Amino acid sequence: MNITLNGNNKSIQEISSVLDLLKSLELTPETVVVELNTTIIQPDSYDTTNIAEDDWVEIIRFVGGG
Amino acid sequence: MLCIAGTEFSSRLFLGTGKFSSSTVMAQAIEASACQMVTVALRRVDLDNPDDDIMKALSQREYTFLPNTSGARDANEAIRLAHLARAASGSSWLKLEVTPDPRTLLPDPVETLRATEKLVKDGFIVLPYMNADPILALKLQDAGAAAVMPLGSPIGTNQGVLTDFQVKIIIEQARVPVVVDAGIGAPSHAAYAMELGADAVLVNTAISIAGDPVAMAAAFAKAVEAGRTAYVAGIGQRSKQASASSPEDGKLSSDLRFLA
Amino acid sequence: MYQSPDFKQLSEQIKLATTADVEQALYASRLNLSNLAALLSPAAEPYLPQMAARSSKITLTRFGKTTQLYAPIYLSNYCTNRCAYCGFSADNLIKRKCLTIDEAEKEAMILHERGFQHILLVSGEAENAVDVEYMEAIALRLRDKFAAVSIEIQPMSTEHYHRLFLAGITAVAVYQETYDPDIYKQVHLSGKKRDYAYRLETPARVAEAGMREVGIGALLGLADWRAEGLAIGHHLNWLRKEFWSTAFTISFPRMRPAAGEFEPLQIVTESNLSQLIFALRLFDQDVGLIVSTREEARYRDGMLGLGPTRYSAGSCTAPGGYGDSDHEGEQFSVGDNRSLEEVCTVIKAKGFDPVCKDWDCTFQTI
Repeated sequence: MNITLNGNNKSIQEISSVLDLLKSLELTPETVVVELNTTIIQPDSYDTTNIAEDDWVEIIRFVGGG
Repeated sequence: MLCIAGTEFSSRLFLGTGKFSSSTVMAQAIEASACQMVTVALRRVDLDNPDDDIMKALSQREYTFLPNTSGARDANEAIRLAHLARAASGSSWLKLEVTPDPRTLLPDPVETLRATEKLVKDGFIVLPYMNADPILALKLQDAGAAAVMPLGSPIGTNQGVLTDFQVKIIIEQARVPVVVDAGIGAPSHAAYAMELGADAVLVNTAISIAGDPVAMAAAFAKAVEAGRTAYVAGIGQRSKQASASSPEDGKLSSDLRFLA
Repeated sequence: MYQSPDFKQLSEQIKLATTADVEQALYASRLNLSNLAALLSPAAEPYLPQMAARSSKITLTRFGKTTQLYAPIYLSNYCTNRCAYCGFSADNLIKRKCLTIDEAEKEAMILHERGFQHILLVSGEAENAVDVEYMEAIALRLRDKFAAVSIEIQPMSTEHYHRLFLAGITAVAVYQETYDPDIYKQVHLSGKKRDYAYRLETPARVAEAGMREVGIGALLGLADWRAEGLAIGHHLNWLRKEFWSTAFTISFPRMRPAAGEFEPLQIVTESNLSQLIFALRLFDQDVGLIVSTREEARYRDGMLGLGPTRYSAGSCTAPGGYGDSDHEGEQFSVGDNRSLEEVCTVIKAKGFDPVCKDWDCTFQTI
């Protein structure tokens, strides 16, 4: 399955939910915010929200800034 | 004590967390500054370096986090970033930045006002970064901004409070706290802003790129406190008295013999 | 909503001011409320000529060599309040009259012919004689004939003020009479006006309704005038912060002999009045300061350019008094009986421009 992840094309296998994706990227779910096709996904729905072909996924977190 | 949107702050120094050499130095600098409000930005996770998490270095309990919308070029982008920030931080505090010109990073007054109106309706505690325009400050205040953040000089220029004339008017007129942001390059600049009557200052670059950021953070803390104390003590009055002792003003008097 | 600081504490604060406080206030470029207290104090009295000079300089810088002129039109002397000091008080056996819309227009046109472009419609406080419909009807008649029509009538709701604004009224004056709640109760014996808080909140309602200008003030002669001055400063400060796009004026009605034989509770001399005017000018560089024909010609001529920005002229304080030589039923007798023309001549002789038109209410967007 092909998705756009943080602006880049990415091919992913054996991933159905947002939670699966975060795990495969070795990201702690509590430290990020996920936007799926410009909708913010609530953390308690990560395991029930499925990712489909051509989805647009943004994974965002806080960084240093003024 | 400084109070913004019902939250009290004993420190009037806000720190930005950008451009530090490491998270460790940043955390130490924040500690040395005794600040209680830190700004953070939102970015895409660096997927090649997923472990790089600023929040590990900061404990959410000790500070009020003020996520910014840096990078937003118009109101819609800022509103989207604001909602992401709220999802990430779990709080409604927001430093609104709308900077369409990548060269100067000067804030867009029209889009900033538009975004403020919307975000206040969405329940955010909005602290807009703005040019030092007194009418804009009042309009942002009327739109529900919890504080206004006029710039001292363009961001990252370290030029100090070049806008002091307008900042003074903003301070005189505003009902909400005034936080001087951007351009503060040295502790003396911060002290000056506080002497003018600013409620707080936000400093980032001057500390993060200093030879010793931790020592510089401590220096800023002292400067902010000194400036505030001087303002409360009435330094303005004394300097004005000096200008009046010029012979022309001192001798001036009107003929009031018409009085019954 | 606005609450005025404790009046007795204001009095006490002023008494404590020293010569050093006065000098500091006199030369501060921006004055705070403590500075104002110092300038209102007895310690400031020897500095009156210096205060006058600074006040004059600021007024000249902010307003130029101009003096605005207006005339009042008394619409009605019916009043449902009993106020110990006022000629219109419900108790007083005076000839009562309320002008019809046509009569009001006739009075206005007399002033128009005399050269006035700014008029102030005044009435006693009686809703059965003067209500929002009546005021609206008069405003609509006059809006195209005058540059600015202000009102000084009973306090109204925000909604009613907004209606009058849309009908062409540009400004509202509503004086607290006294900021001392005890004296307030003592002199306002009965009627709606007895409600101190409602009156105090009125300027805010006027500003909220969108009026361009709000006039505040105290009747001098009721309570400690120094504390009244400081209370006005507090009120003005608050109003400026809440309603930053509204212009404000302060009036200084000093008690004159009136029917009912009420003796002023406090004597306010011309010198006191001047100190009050200068102190408020130094405190707020942009506020309009109004001196009416209650004051004598000599005083008004002397004060030209020293702080006041607006004078009334050729005034009659009885309803229908311009068309009628019979001035029976007037609110108070005036101290300056000169015509507009005569007042203009004096203003010009002083090198000032008499301004009868400062705004055009047809610009008011609807």
